[in-house]
Amino acid sequence: MIRLSVNGKRRSYAGHPFKRLLDVLREDFRLTGSKEGCGEGECGACSVLIDGEPVNSCLIPVGQLEGAKIETVESLGTPEKLGRLQKAFLEHGGAQCGICTPGMLVAAEAHRRCGGSTKRQALCRALAGNLCRCTGYKHIIESVAAALSGKR
Amino acid sequence: MRSVGANARRKEGPEKVGGTAQYIDDYDIPGALFGVSVRSQVPAGRIKAVHFDPAFPWQECVVADARDIPGQNVVRLLGDDQPLLADGVIRHPFEPVLLVAHPDRATAWRALKHVRLEVEPEEPVFTMEDSLAKKRVIWGEDNVFKTITIKKGDCAAALAAAPVVVEGTYSVPHQEQAYIENQGMAAWFEGETLVVMGSLQCPYYVHKALQPIFALPPEKVRVLHCVTGGGFGGKEEYPNMLGGHAALLALKAKRPVKMIYDRLEDMLATTKRHPAVVRHRTGLTKDGRLLAQEIDIVMDGGAYMTLSPVVLSRGILHATGPYECPAVSVTARAVATNTPPNGAFRGFGAPQTLFAIEMHWEKIAAVLKKDSLELRRANAVKIGSVLATGQVLKESVSAAEVLEKTVKRVGWDKTKKAHARWNADAKKPTLRGLGLALVHHGAGFTGNGEDYLKSRAGVAVDRAGRVRVLAGSTEMGQGATSTLAQIVADALELPYDAVSVERPDTAKVPDSGPTVASRTTMVVGGLLRRAALDLKTALEAGGKLRGPAAFKAAAKRLCGTAPERRFLADYHRAAGSSFDDKNYVGDAYGCYGYAACAVELEVDKATYEVKLLRVVTAQDVGKAVNPGVVEGQIVGGSVQALGWALLENCVYKDGALQNPRLTDYVIPTALDVPDIDVIVVENPYSNGPFGAKGVGEMPMDVPGPAVAAALLAATGVLFTFLPILPERIQEALCSQEAA
Amino acid sequence: MRGDAASMTLLRAKSAADALRLRARNPAALPLAGGTDLMVHWNAGLLNGRTVLDISAVKDWRRIKVGKDGAEVGALATHAALLRQPAVVAGWPLLTAACGLVGGPQIQARGTLGGNIANASPAGDTFPPLAVYEARVRVASSAGSRELAFSEVFTGVKKTSLKPDELIESIYLPRPAKPARQLFRKVGTRAAQAISKTMAAGLLWLDKKGAVGELRFALGSMAPTVRRLRKAEQAVRGRKLDRETIDLAVKLLASDVSPIDDIRSTRLYRLRAAENIFRGFLEGRLEGV
Repeated sequence: MIRLSVNGKRRSYAGHPFKRLLDVLREDFRLTGSKEGCGEGECGACSVLIDGEPVNSCLIPVGQLEGAKIETVESLGTPEKLGRLQKAFLEHGGAQCGICTPGMLVAAEAHRRCGGSTKRQALCRALAGNLCRCTGYKHIIESVAAALSGKR
Repeated sequence: MRSVGANARRKEGPEKVGGTAQYIDDYDIPGALFGVSVRSQVPAGRIKAVHFDPAFPWQECVVADARDIPGQNVVRLLGDDQPLLADGVIRHPFEPVLLVAHPDRATAWRALKHVRLEVEPEEPVFTMEDSLAKKRVIWGEDNVFKTITIKKGDCAAALAAAPVVVEGTYSVPHQEQAYIENQGMAAWFEGETLVVMGSLQCPYYVHKALQPIFALPPEKVRVLHCVTGGGFGGKEEYPNMLGGHAALLALKAKRPVKMIYDRLEDMLATTKRHPAVVRHRTGLTKDGRLLAQEIDIVMDGGAYMTLSPVVLSRGILHATGPYECPAVSVTARAVATNTPPNGAFRGFGAPQTLFAIEMHWEKIAAVLKKDSLELRRANAVKIGSVLATGQVLKESVSAAEVLEKTVKRVGWDKTKKAHARWNADAKKPTLRGLGLALVHHGAGFTGNGEDYLKSRAGVAVDRAGRVRVLAGSTEMGQGATSTLAQIVADALELPYDAVSVERPDTAKVPDSGPTVASRTTMVVGGLLRRAALDLKTALEAGGKLRGPAAFKAAAKRLCGTAPERRFLADYHRAAGSSFDDKNYVGDAYGCYGYAACAVELEVDKATYEVKLLRVVTAQDVGKAVNPGVVEGQIVGGSVQALGWALLENCVYKDGALQNPRLTDYVIPTALDVPDIDVIVVENPYSNGPFGAKGVGEMPMDVPGPAVAAALLAATGVLFTFLPILPERIQEALCSQEAA
Repeated sequence: MRGDAASMTLLRAKSAADALRLRARNPAALPLAGGTDLMVHWNAGLLNGRTVLDISAVKDWRRIKVGKDGAEVGALATHAALLRQPAVVAGWPLLTAACGLVGGPQIQARGTLGGNIANASPAGDTFPPLAVYEARVRVASSAGSRELAFSEVFTGVKKTSLKPDELIESIYLPRPAKPARQLFRKVGTRAAQAISKTMAAGLLWLDKKGAVGELRFALGSMAPTVRRLRKAEQAVRGRKLDRETIDLAVKLLASDVSPIDDIRSTRLYRLRAAENIFRGFLEGRLEGV
């Protein structure tokens, strides 16, 4: 039995400890916001926060996570009550096909928590672990910058 | 007009940013098995036997092969040459032979290691050269899927008489669509009706393809679209095959079956952009006016025809570029090789031939010792120009406008001078260059394509006055849903939020044609606008509508006892236009978009790495129905093109991609591209809704040659191919040094 | 995802002693730290049926201690953790520059320095800096521990001199004297999330007369293992970095490496880019991180 906190709720998982965090979230907890794009830690679509740090959930067996605090895109807000970053993505065209969006939002949230510089280079670095094939990144960067500057 | 021209929020946006949007793999389908494909692994040969490892629990699996197909073993498209499952003959290394389904994903994947195909290999053909030389005939009589020619004037005579003749050969490689959501489909039977759902661009293509496989009439096949994580052409025709596979397993298993490719399988087995080799022989006056263009195009179609004839068609129709030339002769051939079939990818043949013509201008400029900008200015099409097919451009021609706007924004002369000073300083760590390209892009289907499609789309109004858009056009990120809703809202003078869009479902929406060819806004938007205007006329039968309450009351009156009323519009060709698709004469496209791009970059003298400093692009879209969406298309398409130009390298060996991972097939990250500077030009088209003429593909056409031109400016080397990797720059510069 | 969780055996170590005991008993088990490499192979279905020893919970191996003479970095310290330590960034900037270029933020948050070393990829991003800092690697088994010079760790592509019952415990970074010049440069397949085609780390100390006191220069992705340019380093010792000396050093570079053609780059490109970087460093044109 593995105990962890997922989006602020205490959860336990009794299956095989080598199951990936991504699959546990999607299949066992039915949180399908995190996506699998590559299974090689390259695209970042499966990004979640573990103890506040962004990670690729496709590269982590859940057995490594006893007591960990997991946050997924679903923790940032719901379609009915969107969080600040999510709203900014909606307003500024940060999401096109949307498949990279959950991971982008998680990476952006991690960036926000470590100071959240709105300089272009800093934003690009923060999002460099997330591939997007639709937007060319411009509107994503503008979305994150808008959300972070709106904070002040 | 309230919505058109505004940045309406995408309808499906809240679910996408909230993480609740349902992509195919997010559906929990009770009782579903997971299906995988056993593939040929050899490029050419005959299957002698299939061996199943007795140690594997096959009794828990459902296994299907060609013998299980109740109807025809075919993936219906243009040629009907591709089998759903290989039946004895192998024509490429990732040909599906068997399908296996199991309740547990991991076990299904594991099954692949416990089947062995015994194949008698045959000599494969891998290159276009070998295919044309008929090293072995692997398709039809001569390995040629399609030949197209275009003739205007007497090209041979004009070339013979030309004071200057410049020749050049240009080649472009495969490109992977690299949508972030891999291909995935699910299928099941509801009574006798086959239901297929998944990540796809064209529900009615799948609908049409499934009927012969299962010998079912149209009404017994239903195809549903799921939120789709990018397509770019890659999900235009491949879902026909994957949908067929999932359905065949579902038929045999009598249970729902889901098939979701992983990245490896998606990259190895699904379609890529057609590689092409384009040869130019151009006659000019001494001051650089075009006299004759002789062009030869060869494209690699892979093992089956798929969409190659139409990719070739768009390729040949863009081969002369947006320039007017009195004498033209173009020949284009698509040939077969023992590699996985190539297919649709944003631009669809045009980026290939436009790269060639634009690089050829650079070569001509070097021969004539002129600025290529001046040559483009002198030869670009304008109103009244006659294209190679004899089409006379009557309206909405913006070649000069996009060119001049781009040149002005980037500061052409000033930047060039600054670069000359920079490059003269040996202490600088880089070489800088500025390059330019100009393209046109035919809006909508080629030639008579729209006539054959006979698209239909419409709107429904219910008794409560709610309006729904009815179209088979899919949202895959490009903003179709919001754009179409905006057009309908304005036609009905309703607020944007009052219009919803029905989910594409062949049981519920008419066939508005495939979601391809930059046609959705222009063609489907046009049909919707007409349908909405018909609805409006019907609603206004009782007098002009004033306010939402009046609209509601009129809707109730109109519906009578029915729950809703539908208004559908059918496609009709614009009066006065025609195209002869035997001889390639006439109006190939109703209208063209135009785009120019300037790229400023620097090459590191130590490592030959290229850094993009600035990308400016002006693109004429007719009307930006949703400016944010349009800019998103232009930036996104530009970055795909920049990746094609500088990073994306499909390495093939024995017909198989050697780098089928996102680690090794590198697409741009946020750090690889600058902030793209977009200038939207709106030169309206009389037949487009509110003047719109499409934007989806054009951004893919123009940055590639602009990058190569900038590298020429920086290094003095004319790169005639893509991608221009640092390794190629090193080779060129080192051999330059040695010389 | 072709990995089959049910086929796996996961051993979880709670302490260092526990890890070493489990290691001794299961020499065939694959040690798992951040998983950024191992799990890629697992996802591809290449590790089904294997036993994995998860050591990520061993807190003692996560510590980073910075002292006057050097720093002791626990094998499980992540790249992100090293980047968060100002004392490490100030003392060993080439190393942290490399850490900042490993994958993206997600990989940096998970990948560990010890895991990186144990994995022994020819393209390991942190290796050229570790080579020029002359790091020492402490490995332990249930029988005790020993220290290896960094240059003794790798024996080939994906091969180390660790014994089957050993695990990396920590990496010791001696504090270098302030160099006159230093450099880290990664030439990858793109600007971020890149596999390196060639990589260079350099430290240069000059004597009072301006001649070379000591040069240390290492290249990655240029041979089965990271390589110090021993011949060039020796050749310039005590000499002024004039044209002739630099030409000689650059000429000697090729004799210490053996780059290859592969899907990511070419032998010639790797060699030429590395030579250019080396020359730029010696001439004082290329430095910094």
